[in-house]
Amino acid sequence: MAEGKTIVVKIKRQASPTEPARWEEFSVRWRPNMNVIACLIDIAENPVTRYGKPTTPVSYEANCLEEVCGACAVVINGRSRQACSALVDHLDQPIRIEPMSSFPIVRDLVVDRSKMFEDAKRLRCWVPIDGTYDIGPGPRIAPERQQVAYALSRCIFCGNCLEVCPKVNEHSDFVGAALINQVRLFNMHPTGAMHAHERLQAVRGIGGIQECDNAQNCVKACPKGIPLTESNNDVNRQALLDAIFGWMFR
Amino acid sequence: MNPTRVILIGGGLAGLMAAIRVAELGHAVDLFSVVPVRRSHSVCAQGGINAAKNLKGEGDSTWQHFDDTVYGGDFLQNQPLVKGMCEAAPGIIDLLDRMGVTFNRTPEGLLDFRRFGGTLYHRTAFAGATTGQQLLYALDEQVRRFEAEGKIRKLEGWMFVSAVLDDAGVCRGVTAVSLRSGEVRAFPADAIIVATGGIGSIFRQSTNSVACTGSAQSALFQQGVNYANAEMIQVHPTAIPGEDKCRLISESVRGEGGRVWVPKTPGDTRDPRAIPDAERFYFLEEWYPKYGNLVPRDVATRAIHKVVFEEGLGIDGKAMVYLDVTHLPREMLTRKLGGVLEIYEKFVGLDPRDHPMKVFPAQHYTMGGVWVDNENQATNVPGIYAAGECEYQYHGANRLGANSLLSCIYGGMLAGPAAVRYAQNLAKGSDTVSSDVYERERKRQEDIYEKLRGQEGSENPITIWKEMGETMTQHVTVIRYNKDLEAADAKLAELQERYKRINLADRARWGNQSLHFTRELGNMLVLARLITQCAALRNESRGAHYKPDFPERDDENWLRTTRAEYDNGSFKIHLDPVDTSLITPRKRSYKS
Ligand SMILES: Cc1cc2nc3c(=O)[nH]c(=O)nc-3n(C[C@H](O)[C@H](O)[C@H](O)COP(=O)(O)OP(=O)(O)OC[C@H]3O[C@@H](n4cnc5c(N)ncnc54)[C@H](O)[C@@H]3O)c2cc1C
Repeated sequence: MAEGKTIVVKIKRQASPTEPARWEEFSVRWRPNMNVIACLIDIAENPVTRYGKPTTPVSYEANCLEEVCGACAVVINGRSRQACSALVDHLDQPIRIEPMSSFPIVRDLVVDRSKMFEDAKRLRCWVPIDGTYDIGPGPRIAPERQQVAYALSRCIFCGNCLEVCPKVNEHSDFVGAALINQVRLFNMHPTGAMHAHERLQAVRGIGGIQECDNAQNCVKACPKGIPLTESNNDVNRQALLDAIFGWMFR
Repeated sequence: MNPTRVILIGGGLAGLMAAIRVAELGHAVDLFSVVPVRRSHSVCAQGGINAAKNLKGEGDSTWQHFDDTVYGGDFLQNQPLVKGMCEAAPGIIDLLDRMGVTFNRTPEGLLDFRRFGGTLYHRTAFAGATTGQQLLYALDEQVRRFEAEGKIRKLEGWMFVSAVLDDAGVCRGVTAVSLRSGEVRAFPADAIIVATGGIGSIFRQSTNSVACTGSAQSALFQQGVNYANAEMIQVHPTAIPGEDKCRLISESVRGEGGRVWVPKTPGDTRDPRAIPDAERFYFLEEWYPKYGNLVPRDVATRAIHKVVFEEGLGIDGKAMVYLDVTHLPREMLTRKLGGVLEIYEKFVGLDPRDHPMKVFPAQHYTMGGVWVDNENQATNVPGIYAAGECEYQYHGANRLGANSLLSCIYGGMLAGPAAVRYAQNLAKGSDTVSSDVYERERKRQEDIYEKLRGQEGSENPITIWKEMGETMTQHVTVIRYNKDLEAADAKLAELQERYKRINLADRARWGNQSLHFTRELGNMLVLARLITQCAALRNESRGAHYKPDFPERDDENWLRTTRAEYDNGSFKIHLDPVDTSLITPRKRSYKS
């Protein structure tokens, strides 16, 4: 592609949850190695549509811009993904950008993903420690086990796995793959495992693991390559065993 | 014990640690953050966190860690707290380990350690190459636990705007704005802790996250909080240049054996893999045989500048050098550096296991920051504490790699209990303060917002931001000349004038990001000028601050902290002595 070229971007706009959505088209100057975020910054500098109509800058979430904070998840050309790592040269044009639809809309591309953090609370996704004073090292962990846990712990709470899940919608409370994976992570930790029952009980509750119908879209949508289906199966098995034999340990 | 309320501004490592400490002591915490705390900039940290645990039989010690840190900082730190931090470090690693951080392990199941810049020891604990992410998550999860118990209240999506000061100049709370509704509200507290991180956005393309604007620090500075060593800005030697940001390639890549080189022949257009070893210039290894690729960042960055701009050896004649890991075992690379190599792969489109990476220096960190005392993170304003990258205490004129995560956690550990102690000793708590005090400040801030929203003019905030970033990157980073610094300050003053004529294309209250950004931009411009003016003042070279016209360190005149005080739009800069009572300053050289 040559300098001087422009890119066409179509963005779904919505001024607030109560206002109707509409599409706007922009034309942005192409530069090498551009990502979708660079397009949005350009639009903020010159908020005029492709047809010369003045408009407002697009609201969007972003922070790290290197796919580790999880903020900038949007749907680009029909695929739910992080905007920072969506490189313009790899996208068909016009580039269609819209907010994720599984979460309540705030404005333009901003949605409210607080449900994920609330679920993390409900599922007790932490290692309960006695306190932050210095009481010596943690448990020893085999390197192989660390490698498995590390892969699970890279979840950035972007919500892409929820966006693509057929079971996540306004009629269900399904917690989704990201949170089930967290249950597996904390149940794996030697201290976390002491409280596995609480998490399994919660994950069997409303919107829990039984809602998963194994469509396996989640694992394909995960930008961090987390083995989400494997986590689902593992937690399912744990939950089943806990339901049958759990009483023996209480 | 009277129940007190502490406000935390910022939920990166420093803020979360402080919040946990306050909650553990049984006091209420309001935790403010512009982004959900789990998305804070600390997630970006890749390489690791330092602690002299000496698990590799090298004879490492906390004193050696202390000495490396002070030497690396070119002796500009007040030493006692730095020593305290290094002594606390092994215990901090244990704590993080107990919280479930997935640190890499040795075959015996113990923590593994790697090398980092500015030391000869394996002192850096790491979780793959996303250590900051793993640490932040561990603290975030502990905070969530307190939140579930009702001990911490999170106010995510609320941006700190100003401190509420009573007539005696004591801090009694904050005002904040909801990024969603645009509402400005006052929140009372007995003490506040600022943990708002870095200031990379002032340089526009830095390795920092979008939220690292320094706006909160600047707002506090303008309200009377002192700011120290503003001129000390770290430029990291190895980042991928980018339009929206510069993406860091961590020092850990060199810690695990990565090598920096350029072709010996200027303008050599061959594929790097076709260039034989004898025709490559491993300039860091050649110039600094003892530390090689692991010299501190200021040294490596200047060396790259020299090789590129003075010797004309940049790749394809461009401002770029190779960072090469292609000689290292693939399995090791994936296990220990996967996270960072992935960034190169995703954003450049080449696998660094096969292709040497092309990198260049980028603004990365501020050693300078909010002034705090030498005991417990207190600023000069009663009731305001600070911790993390936003304050100046631990890194002097140059920060060593993997020391920041440590200083954030250590600072947070001190600030939490200190704020509680202060609040407990207050003769009158915030509940006795008249509501007028809060309403006055709230109204003042709301008026500023309303004025901005209605303002007419022809200027665009993004354009001003870009020009500020260009000016700062060009004149106030690696190499500094007084005449350029003067020109930069004049340019910034011009931008401040143009700022008054900003016309917001968006006049809504709901979710108006340009409005909030523009408010921050005004504060960024003040901090940019402070950095520039302090840089102009310091006529010597020390750590990251390098002036070719004053190439030597000058202890006699400049072993001083520059402590700035805001004075009606201009800055009074005081030169304070530095506490070097534990290690006598000596010449700094990494050549042998
Ligand atoms: C790419 C990269 C890699 C790094 N790698 C390492 C490493 O390997 N080892 C190491 O030791 N250091 C590393 N560093 C440095 C280290 O990551 C940072 O210095 C550290 O994470 C800063 O933490 P913090 O808690 O001070 O602030 P942050 O993590 O930046 O958090 C700041 C918080 O303040 C909030 N905030 C900001 N402004 C406001 C406001 N006005 N109102 C409300 N809230 C606000 C934000 O939302 C956020 O929650 C790295 C830095 C970068 C850029």
